[in-house]
Amino acid sequence: MNETNSDCGCKKAAPAGSPPAKSVSRRNLLLKIGAGLNAIAGALVGVPLLGYALSSFTRTSKTSWISLGPLNKFSEGETRLAVYRNPVSQAWDGDTAEIPCWVRRVDSESFQVFAINCTHLGCPVRWFQESRLFMCPCHGGAFYEDGSHASGPPPRGLYEYEHKVEGGELKVLGGHLPTLAEPLKKEDV
Amino acid sequence: MLRSIALWLEDRLHIAKLFQATAGHKVPPSTNSWFYVFGSGTLLCFVLQIVTGTLLAFTYQPSASEAWTSLQYLNNEAFLGWFLRAIHNWGSIFMVAIMSAHLIQTFLFGAYKYPRELTWVSGCFLFLCTLGMAFTGQILRFDQDAYWGLGIGASIMGRVPFVGAQMVHLMLGGAIIAGETLSRFFSLHVFLVPGLIIALLSFHLRLVLTKGINEYPQPGRVVIKESYEAEYEEEIKKTGVPFVPHVIGKDLIFSGSLIIAIVTCALAFGPAGPSGPPNPTLIHTSPKPDFYFLPIFAALSLLPAYMETFLVLVLPVLAIAALVLLPFYSGTGEKSYRARPMAVVIVLLALTTVGLLAYAGTFTPWSPHMEAWRGAATPAADVQGRSPLELQGAILIQSKQCRNCHALNGEGGMRGPALDTVATRLTSDQLIRQVIQGSGNMPAYGKNLRPAEVTALVAFMETLRPSYQPAAQDSSKHASSKH
Repeated sequence: MNETNSDCGCKKAAPAGSPPAKSVSRRNLLLKIGAGLNAIAGALVGVPLLGYALSSFTRTSKTSWISLGPLNKFSEGETRLAVYRNPVSQAWDGDTAEIPCWVRRVDSESFQVFAINCTHLGCPVRWFQESRLFMCPCHGGAFYEDGSHASGPPPRGLYEYEHKVEGGELKVLGGHLPTLAEPLKKEDV
Repeated sequence: MLRSIALWLEDRLHIAKLFQATAGHKVPPSTNSWFYVFGSGTLLCFVLQIVTGTLLAFTYQPSASEAWTSLQYLNNEAFLGWFLRAIHNWGSIFMVAIMSAHLIQTFLFGAYKYPRELTWVSGCFLFLCTLGMAFTGQILRFDQDAYWGLGIGASIMGRVPFVGAQMVHLMLGGAIIAGETLSRFFSLHVFLVPGLIIALLSFHLRLVLTKGINEYPQPGRVVIKESYEAEYEEEIKKTGVPFVPHVIGKDLIFSGSLIIAIVTCALAFGPAGPSGPPNPTLIHTSPKPDFYFLPIFAALSLLPAYMETFLVLVLPVLAIAALVLLPFYSGTGEKSYRARPMAVVIVLLALTTVGLLAYAGTFTPWSPHMEAWRGAATPAADVQGRSPLELQGAILIQSKQCRNCHALNGEGGMRGPALDTVATRLTSDQLIRQVIQGSGNMPAYGKNLRPAEVTALVAFMETLRPSYQPAAQDSSKHASSKH
């Protein structure tokens, strides 16, 4: 009798009159049912909550073709800033959904479109027409006009958008912040 | 009447017992020291941050399109809004500083040793949570620096192997830095991390009561697991004094001075930012983190590229593990810093490293000065009496943006070497090669300069030396001409 009591961690003897062994096992059973029920309840609440909280972890970026405007906006041999609104955005995103990019018109037919983000740590690179370089203000990365790495800590050249000319407009395939893990062109990974 | 109310409360709440078990608990008299005030100081900062933060949330809009405007409103229109923001800002700075002092003090005094391992472990996590609050708080100041700071964070996440892209999405709450990003940082800063801090803090304080506060260590008084606790209890029994009122005096003086210092800084320097609006199309910006993260920002520029990913992703994990596990590999023995020279060396080394990196981070010598090419004039002495060709080169030095990285007479970028005495270091052949091919950290300008421009540029640079120093000479040519 005493042994069964110490099993459930109770110090006091079971009340006299009732068969002790039986009452202890019922208490044990209730405890087990209670714990099990709460485990199920916890999972019912917890799993969906975790799923919601971590949903962005598994979400993949949706890219789509975005127009940067008519071709005549871009002069041959020049590089200039263009801005588009991110294809997936919310009303409360404000200006943050306005994404800048650098458009280089090599000649009448060929273009290059670069992300604004330095490949080192994502700071905005600036174009210098006279030295034909992109320079980054954060850690001093520099890129040539074709986007290739010129100097400094960046591990690769600028991120380049897929682009096409359609209906007299320049279009790029965009929709996410480019990083080393997820650059803009698939073959760059 | 008052007495009967007091007695009634005592009867219902057992205040005297509660007092004896908490504020009135006995501590070794040696802890009545100015070195033991940092913990309560950190706690006070935390309380101040909760109060001011709650009040800021009365007005602040955690929405990407409104946050910046609501901060402007707090700064300029809301009654004393600027003061509230200033206290919250300076409170955070002081909290990080005082908490660092607390960490260093407990390290040097061996307070982490047996049997206070878990007090130390919870303290380490409190430190990390506080840095987390500093980072997320800087994001809530949703300005240009916050926007590009998130870009830096996302770029670091993008270096995580295998799940880099997913980590970026988890951090940003989507594919770009936008509304969902700010909202999740708001939730982290206002609910999640403070909740965690309160839980850890309760644990931390509970342990201070359970295992007692570390006595002021004496060299030669080593911790031995078998006897330490008995000795400590004996000491408390013999000489222990109640924390309140015997020891709290110094804490009170320190806390009062701390609040006055925070308020003084808030009045004198005001709130931080916001800088420009978080509009990514405004690219004429030089993002910079708040000062606690300047050392990391600087390290990211100065590290060699090949070890960058390792040092950014792996080293912090190792460093945190070494810190958290400290009591488990160094849990006994000498406590006093006077008998632990390596502990003193480690602290000095860490402070020097962090201090020097932060110092470098304040003026970023590695960044080009974006406006130097049109903002910093060519020194008059460098153009006086020069030939037309050399003058043409002087113009090119400006217009080709060389000055963004190369200083003349102390003005211009510091990324490359200053050019004031370049002719004493490089011959004309070497100058031509350097300009056309670049090397090290210099881009190659071969594609962007016509041959005539290179000739003019080099002709000018050959004049850049003091009259009393000879020009660099090609020793191989010199040798061959003698034959």
